[in-house]
Amino acid sequence: MSTLSALSKAETRLFLRDPVTVVVAVLLPTLILAGLGAVPALREPFPEIGMTFVAYFAPSLLVISIVQLGLQTLPTALATYRERGVLRRYSATPVSPLAVLVVQLLVNLVTTLLAVALLVLVAVVGFGVPAPRHPLDFGLAVLLGTSAVFALGLLIAAVAPRARTAGGIGALAFMLTLFFAGTYLPNFLLPEAIVRIGAFVPPGVAAIKDSWVGAGADPLVLVVMAVTTVAASALAARLFRWE
Amino acid sequence: MPVIEVDSLHKRYRDHVAVQDVSFSVEEGEIFGVCGRNGAGKTTTVECIGGLRAGDGGSISVLGLDPVRDRAALRRAVGIQLQASELPDRMRVQEAVELFASFYPDPADPDELIERWGLGAKRRAAFSKLSGGQKQRLSIVLALVGNPRVAILDELTTGLDPQARRDTWAAIEQIRDSGVTVVLVTHFMEEAERLCDRIALIDTGRVVAIDTPTGLVASLPDGQRLRFRPSAEFADTLLTDLPEVRDVRRKGPTVEVTGRGDLLQAVTSALADHRVMAVDLRLDQPTLDDAFVALTGRPSGE
Repeated sequence: MSTLSALSKAETRLFLRDPVTVVVAVLLPTLILAGLGAVPALREPFPEIGMTFVAYFAPSLLVISIVQLGLQTLPTALATYRERGVLRRYSATPVSPLAVLVVQLLVNLVTTLLAVALLVLVAVVGFGVPAPRHPLDFGLAVLLGTSAVFALGLLIAAVAPRARTAGGIGALAFMLTLFFAGTYLPNFLLPEAIVRIGAFVPPGVAAIKDSWVGAGADPLVLVVMAVTTVAASALAARLFRWE
Repeated sequence: MPVIEVDSLHKRYRDHVAVQDVSFSVEEGEIFGVCGRNGAGKTTTVECIGGLRAGDGGSISVLGLDPVRDRAALRRAVGIQLQASELPDRMRVQEAVELFASFYPDPADPDELIERWGLGAKRRAAFSKLSGGQKQRLSIVLALVGNPRVAILDELTTGLDPQARRDTWAAIEQIRDSGVTVVLVTHFMEEAERLCDRIALIDTGRVVAIDTPTGLVASLPDGQRLRFRPSAEFADTLLTDLPEVRDVRRKGPTVEVTGRGDLLQAVTSALADHRVMAVDLRLDQPTLDDAFVALTGRPSGE
């Protein structure tokens, strides 16, 4: 068995042993969706927004998975590994600690995509939300939005001196991104300026929403996500301390 | 042919010199101690040997490899147990050993290592649930799982209770007996004296002595000390005339004699010739700790 696959297996196992992450990141958004969807009025078209509330809100729920894994789980895990000398322990073996970082990144990315798929499936099959209208845009919006958030997560892991600091910064970033993504308060209740800004705050909820239930993703949002990914990960790579 | 050769190693951190002009060589199959008080530069030295840090000057050769340039080859041949490096809390013993085994081209059998190091009952235990001694043993197992030719063990017994410490000592001898060269870092002189074939004493970044533990102790000018209460009066000259005796002191009823060589035999037979018996006789052999104090001017614990 190759080193990388052994490492992936080990990290996946550790990941699955942390029930809180799995529940919050994978199940919670879908459970909230199901809870809202159980209210008949929310499955009726809503004149102000031109669709059902469930369809309008589903993209914002999807953001929970992305930011929980990218801004909380990933940076805390990496900072903990550094603080407790796990990265150092690996660096004394033929394995590069970079491999550990890459595997962490992969495990969280795959989990994000699974969580997104679960939510979309349940929304479409269970609660009459249309399947993504622009599937290509949607895939791109989710991928680029997730990449941007994960790059910011890496940046947090790079600069946080301790695991607790990483957790703290991550929690703050988590709440801010959810606020801008309209997860706490639906967009139509937020001031126009905040919705404008929120469109471009990673993971760029506007692009996800417009490609799923609207007229297609705004290319500008996608570009901003791509630029954020490149800039934040380059900065993280420069600043990352291995011990 | 030495397995490890360190030649004039220098390493400085921003504002202080950690290691200056350290040289020594380690022979195949020995337990070589790198000893000194905390902060003396021991860890920095072995981290340079293990290729975890690059020195600023001097050269190091390990099995003919340069630790920095031949990093990859070195990692496969050298097992390193580091201070203060842990595993993820939820990783289990067997998983950890199997994972680390997968990193090496020709690993040892994980199950056998786990059994041999007394972790058989803890196979499925998470790292966070292990005791200090069990964590240390797991750490040794991980350093050995790649079948290394050299094992570097850094402050292995710090924080262990006396029983666990003794178990670990037996374990280190077991590693040497299997043909692995061991570099043992310790600030604990009793440990070095008990285990090491040779020792480099390091103080404030410099090597102050390299010798066997017996050699270091024997270099002390007045190594041995006898204490007893004489059964009858006698003149000090009776003892000070002996070639083995260096000094005689009286503290109340107790006589204290320092000297070297076969001190015990010389003193007791001289006394017996004059019908004096030595009551409550005690012989204090000097320890490596005494040698350390004599060589550095300060106790090792500081």
